[in-house]
Amino acid sequence: MEKESNNILDEVTKGEYKYGFYTDIEMETAPKGLNEDIIRYISARKNEPEWLLEFRLKSYRHWLTMKEPKWAHINYPAIDFQDIIYYAAPKPKKELKSLDEVDPELINTFNKLGISLEEQKRLSGVAVDAVIDSVSVKTTFSDTLAKLGIIFCSFSEAVQKHPDLVKQYLGSVVPHTDNFFASLNSAVFSDGSFCYIPKGVRCPIELSTYFRINAANTGQFERTLIVADEGAYVSYMEGCTAPQRDENQLHAAIVEIVALKDAEVKYSTVQNWYPGDKDGKGGIYNFVTKRGICKGSHSKISWTQVETGSAITWKYPSVILMGDYSIGEFYSVAVTNHHQQADTGTKMVHLGRNTKSTIISKGISAGQSNNSYRGLVRVIKRAENCRNFSQCDSLLLGDKCGAHTFPYIRTENPTSIVEHEATTSKISDDQLFYCQQRGISTESAIGLIVNGYAKEVLQHLPMEFAVEAQKLLSVSLEGSVG
Amino acid sequence: MLSIKNLSVAIKGKEILKGINLEVNAGEVHAIMGPNGTGKSTLAYVIGGREGYEVTSGEIIYKGRNLLDLSTEERACEGIFLGFQYPVEIPGVSITNFLRTAINEQRKYQGLDPIPAAQFLAKMEEKKKMLELQDKLANRSVNEGFSGGEKKKNEIFQMAMLEPSLAILDETDSGLDIDALRIVATGVNNLRRPHNSTIVITHYQRLLDYIVPDVVHVLYDGRIVKSGGKEMALELEEKGYEWIKNSL
Repeated sequence: MEKESNNILDEVTKGEYKYGFYTDIEMETAPKGLNEDIIRYISARKNEPEWLLEFRLKSYRHWLTMKEPKWAHINYPAIDFQDIIYYAAPKPKKELKSLDEVDPELINTFNKLGISLEEQKRLSGVAVDAVIDSVSVKTTFSDTLAKLGIIFCSFSEAVQKHPDLVKQYLGSVVPHTDNFFASLNSAVFSDGSFCYIPKGVRCPIELSTYFRINAANTGQFERTLIVADEGAYVSYMEGCTAPQRDENQLHAAIVEIVALKDAEVKYSTVQNWYPGDKDGKGGIYNFVTKRGICKGSHSKISWTQVETGSAITWKYPSVILMGDYSIGEFYSVAVTNHHQQADTGTKMVHLGRNTKSTIISKGISAGQSNNSYRGLVRVIKRAENCRNFSQCDSLLLGDKCGAHTFPYIRTENPTSIVEHEATTSKISDDQLFYCQQRGISTESAIGLIVNGYAKEVLQHLPMEFAVEAQKLLSVSLEGSVG
Repeated sequence: MLSIKNLSVAIKGKEILKGINLEVNAGEVHAIMGPNGTGKSTLAYVIGGREGYEVTSGEIIYKGRNLLDLSTEERACEGIFLGFQYPVEIPGVSITNFLRTAINEQRKYQGLDPIPAAQFLAKMEEKKKMLELQDKLANRSVNEGFSGGEKKKNEIFQMAMLEPSLAILDETDSGLDIDALRIVATGVNNLRRPHNSTIVITHYQRLLDYIVPDVVHVLYDGRIVKSGGKEMALELEEKGYEWIKNSL
């Protein structure tokens, strides 16, 4: 039978936010606010080399000259960047040799999320680099991967052990001056994941990272860097749930991907930050910069995202198609309910000849939410025979929500073919009645229909993740039927 | 099985059904005939529980219960199946997934565990064979891109899978060529049991050559104006609906 991706969104219509628990772990935190001393503090805490401190400082200095962007179709109260704690880490007690030594609270948290750090993961083929707040607590499978020459570790560890690689690629896709939130991240990023796949190596397992926001008033500034060397392949999964919180929490991550000649990187996300309650109170502000560069010819980068969480989502996973014949893909399902706001999409920048990009975006809006697709397809003058296909569909549930599409197309080369299709639809009464007449409840019917609608995207998720996604997504459209 | 008494139904204030009386016993097949716009589909929808239909008087008793108290899905779980005249498309939802969801929701209602996958697949195979359905059909999205005939076959296939007590087939014969008609009719006949009943709504006598009814009713202007045996359908075919009109 075909992959049952159908079920992923199936339970989307049911239940309250299930992952709203809070782990009580001793935190070591920096004082609130941001200045050069705080940045030096972060850098010192992490025992960073001088060049990295310099990177942080020049980012900070640049950030000071920038203004928060206001062009997105979202509304939120002004963020007081001096009211945020920029560093929090679980206190390292001692060197840990086994899981028994990890804080049982923490293990408990992982278990609630369905994340197992134990060896079972090996059987399911998933290596996990679990990030709680800022510091990676435990990395599994590094040894197995190391045999293939694959480096998969926390960003901090990579800085210590593979400084040359980090130095070579850090900021090479998302420069420290890129945008307001990227500059902020570059100044204060705490930790994240680093992945390097050497020449010609096909990573045999799906790599995954679970992010989790855990401390009150702690901004999260993850930094992920993935480098696939010539002919390498990796499938990387990122998923996140966050505890329920009343105060808005800022999350400004950066993900950089580099694909060299003939390399392929598949990056999948299921994002389920706390979206706020039914009245729009609380929830995560998610301002993320994700970008990949197809640096060599015949390389490929593929983004698949399922976005159900966050009060605000501002996110445009993009691909710069520099190498000739390179391919960029973006598959997205964005669900907004209650008072959630999402402004998300992608950028496909065709620099190389014969480059190809595909964009499939499925927006689902319910409640009083606003869901916008914003995408740029750009073809420069020398990029001959480029091809883009974009499809942006919106599905509305109810009559108080909004769906918006902002496609930007700029092509300077007459040999390029750029297609854009967009549809907006509602779940029809006929469809609902048809399902109900077969004994399917309204909520399940909506789940089923939404599932079918998103299928084109969901089928791009790795199998293991699809199951995970099912759990994570089961909560988002609660109360949207009425 | 089904007892309709003095049922009147209005849509947006306009009266469509004007005092329907109908008794369907277990094991019986009833045919409801009549010209366009006389309320045949309205009757089907009201039994099915579609919104927007206002019951202004009368009652529907089904298996001893007041049917109008039940929600649409409860009625389905109680064994009422509606074969749609115009089945709707549900893009991206495979027939397999759709039917498994429906069966499991019905089983849940009955306090049963979900159907085991192997049992479900075996049942699918069996019913597909009976209806001479193509193998790949089950992987296609519900009704998406189906021809008229495929849609109708799919309705009967769902009926076969769900095994209802009371099936109401609304103009299932319309748009079918003679081969499809034969297959559909065979499907319906194969599902006839002493404990279940079928109401066949049709325009033409043709279908009744294949599905032989116990009782034929003529619905005209919101009322059942004539009931009789299967020979009445032939008479109706011969003399046309004018015959009914003039005899009123």
